[in-house]
Amino acid sequence: MLKILKYSFYDLIRSRWSYVYFLFYLILGFVLLFLNNDVSKAVITLMNIIIILVPLIGTIFGVMYYYNSKEFTELLLAQPVKRSSIFFGQYLGVAGSLTMSLVLGLGIPFVLYGLFKSDAIFDFSLLLVTGAFLTLIFTALSFNIALANENKIKGFGYAVLIWLFLAVIYDGLFLMSLIIFKEYPLDSFSLAATMFNPIDLSRTLILLKLDISALLGYTGAVFKQFFGTHQGLFMSMLMLILWTVLPIWRLVHKAKQKDF
Amino acid sequence: MIQVENLYKKFGKNEVLSGLDLSIEEGGIFAVLGPNGSGKTTLIKSILGMVVPNKGNISVGGISIKKNWKYRKNIDYLPQIANFPGNLKVKELIRMIKDLRQMPSKEEELIELFKLEPFLNKKLSTLSGGTKQKVNIVLTFMFDCPLLILDEPTTGLDPASLIHLKKLLQKEKSKGKTILVTSHIMQFVAEVADTVIYLLEGKIYFKGTIDTLMEKTQQTDLEHAIAAIATTPNHA
Amino acid sequence: MFYSERVLVFMLLLWVKCLVGNTIPICANCDIRSIKEGITVASDFDTLLIKKGTYKEYNLLVNKPLTLLGENYPIVDGEDQGEIIRIVSDNVTIDGLFIINVGTSYTTDYAAIRVVESENFVIQNVVLEKLFFGIYLEKSKNGKVYHNKIIGDAIDEYNSGNGIQLWYSKNVEVEKNIVQHVRDGIYLEFSDNITIKNNTSTDNLRYGLHFMFSNDDVYSNNTFENNGAGVAVMFSKRIKMTGNTFKKNWGTAAFGVLLKEINDAEISGNTFEENTIGINIEGSNRIKYINNNFIKNGWAIKVLGACYTNSFSGNNFLYNSFDISYNSKLNDNVFDQNYWSEYTGYDLDKNGIGDVPYRPVKLFSYIVNKTPETIVLLRSLFMDIIDFSEKVSPVFTPDNLLDANPLMKPSK
Repeated sequence: MLKILKYSFYDLIRSRWSYVYFLFYLILGFVLLFLNNDVSKAVITLMNIIIILVPLIGTIFGVMYYYNSKEFTELLLAQPVKRSSIFFGQYLGVAGSLTMSLVLGLGIPFVLYGLFKSDAIFDFSLLLVTGAFLTLIFTALSFNIALANENKIKGFGYAVLIWLFLAVIYDGLFLMSLIIFKEYPLDSFSLAATMFNPIDLSRTLILLKLDISALLGYTGAVFKQFFGTHQGLFMSMLMLILWTVLPIWRLVHKAKQKDF
Repeated sequence: MIQVENLYKKFGKNEVLSGLDLSIEEGGIFAVLGPNGSGKTTLIKSILGMVVPNKGNISVGGISIKKNWKYRKNIDYLPQIANFPGNLKVKELIRMIKDLRQMPSKEEELIELFKLEPFLNKKLSTLSGGTKQKVNIVLTFMFDCPLLILDEPTTGLDPASLIHLKKLLQKEKSKGKTILVTSHIMQFVAEVADTVIYLLEGKIYFKGTIDTLMEKTQQTDLEHAIAAIATTPNHA
Repeated sequence: MFYSERVLVFMLLLWVKCLVGNTIPICANCDIRSIKEGITVASDFDTLLIKKGTYKEYNLLVNKPLTLLGENYPIVDGEDQGEIIRIVSDNVTIDGLFIINVGTSYTTDYAAIRVVESENFVIQNVVLEKLFFGIYLEKSKNGKVYHNKIIGDAIDEYNSGNGIQLWYSKNVEVEKNIVQHVRDGIYLEFSDNITIKNNTSTDNLRYGLHFMFSNDDVYSNNTFENNGAGVAVMFSKRIKMTGNTFKKNWGTAAFGVLLKEINDAEISGNTFEENTIGINIEGSNRIKYINNNFIKNGWAIKVLGACYTNSFSGNNFLYNSFDISYNSKLNDNVFDQNYWSEYTGYDLDKNGIGDVPYRPVKLFSYIVNKTPETIVLLRSLFMDIIDFSEKVSPVFTPDNLLDANPLMKPSK
């Protein structure tokens, strides 16, 4: 598997898209810092971008890579290599190179701008960790979609749809249900609904850091327990890990049954 | 060498293999023939483990291939469409496959044979179809495995390379290897194959030597024999 | 000539001595061993020099102008019996005592030091621990509470008292005190013309500073941090709050400052940082908010009910979850030339003022007011989208609530 990972990663590192992605983050980082002139503010803006853009890029890139590397996959399938290794290795190659682009692309401008001297370092590292998780999750989701759809266009369509659903539509439905059922105690429900969407989950993680003063304004005991203690951080992290592991597991499992 | 028992495979509603039984003995060149969509590639891919059958058993060298991948160490496979990762250079691809298989290889003489030296540092995406097929052949023949599976090896080859390929096949055969070939070029089949396996509607319709086939169909050349076989009653 | 000069000097010294009074030392081996005894024997304007040691005394009544001066912080231990020092005379100074164990009662507000209907008192350099009420000024005037340290151990509101309490008092300066872990750090009721400055009031159970029905008071350069509910300012007029810091007041009903029925006040140069609500305004009118910093609060300003003719200018709103929240569609307040970190407009004519007005009230804050659980959707893309549409055409939020001249850079 490590060999597959090595070659996928190598393949990606040499592809134009990794550089585009890397440069995009590099430029984004510099532009944000240049416009804001303030690490804390740039971190907040960045958070909004990361939560939306990282999943989108992870999804698109994952689907694209899967379809583009079909030949490579087929070449490997005839070789004495375990199937799960092929897919897991490729997945890690994509997710790894995307994560690297993200971390380096954003890390370099912020470090140059004096991140280590600023008190935003914890916020920033949390941001990168969340971004890495989102990359892992959405690349895994996109691999699942691509694996299930031979048709490229269909695969792309579903991938974008899933992103749109989790990034926007889910929250809309979530908000509506909260407003409709506002007579009922909703804090457990709203926390649970957050857990079922990796984007919301990452958002919550960042809220815990940036908006804790606002979150503590709400009366619910469950909320208080969740946001006021370390429970929120642990739960969110745990769920993010689960969100990462489950699609990967499904990917490997489905790959074993697929015909090529 | 290869035992296939009662193999079934459906793609959606389309049943491609329906209860296929096949036994391939060790040594010699076997040509798998059949009309388009008869399941040639599916059969080959099933043997390679790329297609997971719905039902039935396959064993290679006496070992069942189910949930097994190590048996592929003994197979060299030439895929039908030579699609390679476009980002890689030819040299890198060869190095990668060698790295993956960890076996002694003889790529230099093959590269020389097919005159691929000028292309070694080119990216695969820039190569022509024929050159790609040559690379494909190099990758397949550079190892020394007892079983060779070639899916349409002649595609896109120039006459000189075709001659090289035929020589290669004879050479490998002389080493006592088992070689499985599919092709639509009957002339090629007639030249190289010892045994013909004819697939029709997901089953083996005929298996035997070329001479037997001609005799049976009362034709004088293989092309007509193959064309006529479907109308002849099955005695395989 | 020489002699007469000497006599003159001697006479002068005697006169001064008479006015200043004698110094009476009190210690375990002195002639006078207790403070109570000292007060009894002392005459007006004497100084009781209380040397290092522990004095188990309570209900000390200071009924003549005396100075109680501690040397190396002698301990006055009330042994939880009740009040410790009560001042009923003018011109009393308490300096350098370490007072502990004030009695707790559900019916009487026992204090470590209580000043009753007196003038010109000074209470300074006193350390209070294990107290019920700390320093309690009752109908007193023209005094000074300076550089004291009050450290309580309050757990429940019902059986704890306030650090410094002023009741019907006038012209008092409360300066450089440190108050922690009591119910209300500083509490004022019906007290006018009070100056409260450079105090630090932290970790108190309820309010860091709490005042009601007290007019014409000035609060400046104090720090209020991590108090149960922040600072409450209620039913008062002409208050001036400048240069204070309100920090980390977190909780359901916690705020930096609660303004309730406050009129004609000036709030300037304060910093509100990481509070659940920076300023909670209820029924307060004609208040000027100038040059304050609102940093990382949940809500920088929450306006409830009718508040008229308030003006906000030169304030910096930095990274708050919500800048302004309104619970009504009415707005009679003016926002002008503030800096908003969320402002995304441009300044083409380079005059430092954004060319597009800024709308500080988000639709989302309106939604959160109605359905508090929706707070978990903070910073969601969906919310940003509907906030944006609300900004373009306000339906739920006051449409005239905007800063027409948002600053491009934070004001200093």
